[in-house]
Amino acid sequence: MADLKPTTKAARDGDGYWSANIRIIYISLIIWALVSFGFGILLRPMLAGIQVGGTDLGFWFAQQGSILVFLALIFFYAWRMNKLDREFGVEED
Amino acid sequence: MDQFTINLLFVGASFALYIGIAIWARAGSTSEFYAAGRGVHPVTNGMATAADWMSAASFISMAGLIAFTGYDNSSYLMGWTGGYVLLALLLAPYLRKFGKFTVSEFIGDRFYSPTARLVAVICLIVASTTYVIGQMTGVGVAFGRFLEISNTSGLLIGACVVFAYAVFGGMKGVTYTQVAQYVVLILAYTIPAVFISLQLTGTPIPALGLFSETTATGGESSVYLLQKLDQIVTELGFASYTEAHKDNLNMVLFTLSLMIGTAGLPHVIMRFFTVPKVSDARWSAGWALVFIALLYLTAPAVGAMARLNITELMWPNGTSGEAVSIETIETAPEYDWMLTWQKTGLLDWEDKNGDGKIQYYNDGSDAMAEKAAANGWEGNELTNFNRDILVLANPEIASLPSWVIGLVAAGGLAAALSTAAGLLLAISSAVSHDLVKGAINPGISEKGELLSARIAMAVAIAVATWLGLNPPGFAAQTVALAFGLAAASIFPALMMGIFSKRVNNVGAVAGMLSGLVFTLVYIFLHKGWFFVAGTNSFPDTVDGSLFGIQSTAIGAIGAIINFAVAYAVSMSTKDTPQDIKDLVESVRVPAGAGAAVDH
Repeated sequence: MADLKPTTKAARDGDGYWSANIRIIYISLIIWALVSFGFGILLRPMLAGIQVGGTDLGFWFAQQGSILVFLALIFFYAWRMNKLDREFGVEED
Repeated sequence: MDQFTINLLFVGASFALYIGIAIWARAGSTSEFYAAGRGVHPVTNGMATAADWMSAASFISMAGLIAFTGYDNSSYLMGWTGGYVLLALLLAPYLRKFGKFTVSEFIGDRFYSPTARLVAVICLIVASTTYVIGQMTGVGVAFGRFLEISNTSGLLIGACVVFAYAVFGGMKGVTYTQVAQYVVLILAYTIPAVFISLQLTGTPIPALGLFSETTATGGESSVYLLQKLDQIVTELGFASYTEAHKDNLNMVLFTLSLMIGTAGLPHVIMRFFTVPKVSDARWSAGWALVFIALLYLTAPAVGAMARLNITELMWPNGTSGEAVSIETIETAPEYDWMLTWQKTGLLDWEDKNGDGKIQYYNDGSDAMAEKAAANGWEGNELTNFNRDILVLANPEIASLPSWVIGLVAAGGLAAALSTAAGLLLAISSAVSHDLVKGAINPGISEKGELLSARIAMAVAIAVATWLGLNPPGFAAQTVALAFGLAAASIFPALMMGIFSKRVNNVGAVAGMLSGLVFTLVYIFLHKGWFFVAGTNSFPDTVDGSLFGIQSTAIGAIGAIINFAVAYAVSMSTKDTPQDIKDLVESVRVPAGAGAAVDH
């Protein structure tokens, strides 16, 4: 099994690194839910006034927009976490 | 050269390519068989994950379900991509850090209980087997069309090919083979879509074409594609394409169930064990979604454009003119596809009123009853249009060149085969590695382990083929059930294992079992016990269902039950030991990930 002992002080304390991670996850998941369940389904009537290519914005979010936002979210998270790893000195060798 | 020969050439050439790669990269040791020695680059891994992921459900079935329902089936698009966000944020990096080969090993170690591991294995086998049934449905459609035989014979031949194919390589063979498969399937999906988008809208990018104006013909003022489609389908009494017709609750739960299920399916998660580093696991999920999005952004365009083309072919003189005549269908080259597909038994028509024409309309609509009576129509005469044939028939419907049709045949088979192989691998590793080596006979030799892996594959494919002969739904619908099962059982256990130090062995086992049993029983009550038709207690519709929730959406509720039960049971039983808390701490930070760990 891999080394189970946390290797740095920051990681051992856990709080700083892990709570920063949790915060980023929260923000990302709020956006994730907003574009799909929100704009794509529940809030669609509110966006009905905004016309996009022969239909309304909600339809676009349900069929394409949400996918584009998902992509952006994953790459943002990977970039942000790799930066966070270095800030706390917990990156891999 | 006739179309059959061209299809044969394309399919033959693509198969030669995959098998060549599989032989070249043949798996040797057990660790290579499962995880390809962890030397796979994130982009390569992303592409292979995409091929593995985009199965018969995505390639063959999904656009057809969207085409005939419109907006309501957007759940498939959001669900099967949104799950990657959960995977990237909540699971992939931590499972890679944990550093073992299978999902059930993580559950067994984290919940310090062989029982938890065993329950996880059972959950994986149930979800994966359901998934393979959906794949076999797609395999049957693809082989039936391609060999121009009945759906049933196509399925039996397809099953033999899938089995031979999965036994051949291990993951390594599969990883590089799947890169090739991805290339074939994405070309096969997008090239016809580009052609059709150009024909209909003059836009070469299908995803943009969907929201473009149609090319004006003969001085008509141009209208948006979606507006035209809405108009033409409502004139025939069908529900409008862009409006919502399903209640929000079911749509939200169905989407959520597909998302959570995506992040709980073993053959996708296993992919993230094969990247060299934790940071690569994060990128890999992103790359996988890039390659998946190429197809998923095109799919809604394929669906809408095919629906428009089919409707216009059935009503060549407009919806208020004369319908297409049987003579035209039997003689005009642009209707050849109807004759070919009729042979598979998946498409059929019947001249009910004997007027020599085929009227295609919604005979269930009250508004149409009057028009039908006035015109002497006696019901919809396009009596059978299996949703699963739409994508494969699409290039023929649009009268595209024969090489495009050949390419689509090759792509459809690639999609069905790659996922079926990936799933069989996941099932076989669950049985041989976790069940036989982990629980029944720990002293088994490496050779014996490989043998039991292959026996497990054979059994799984036999069961899936038998059930695939009488499937519980269209390919994508059956696959959606598998997602519900994975959502209700595996995902919550993995997530709690990482994000909570308090959830203990008893809690995890109770949670997984209650999530799985609840979801499985609910599905069986609506789809029939063990998917045997006619044994269901409730009709499989939203209104007739037990809780007003369709069986494909119940996985989300199962997941909530899993979380709640696991938490409640853990709180009322003993706290987790210190070494497990340390394990969780260590999984949470990337440092010290190290190389693959053998046993």
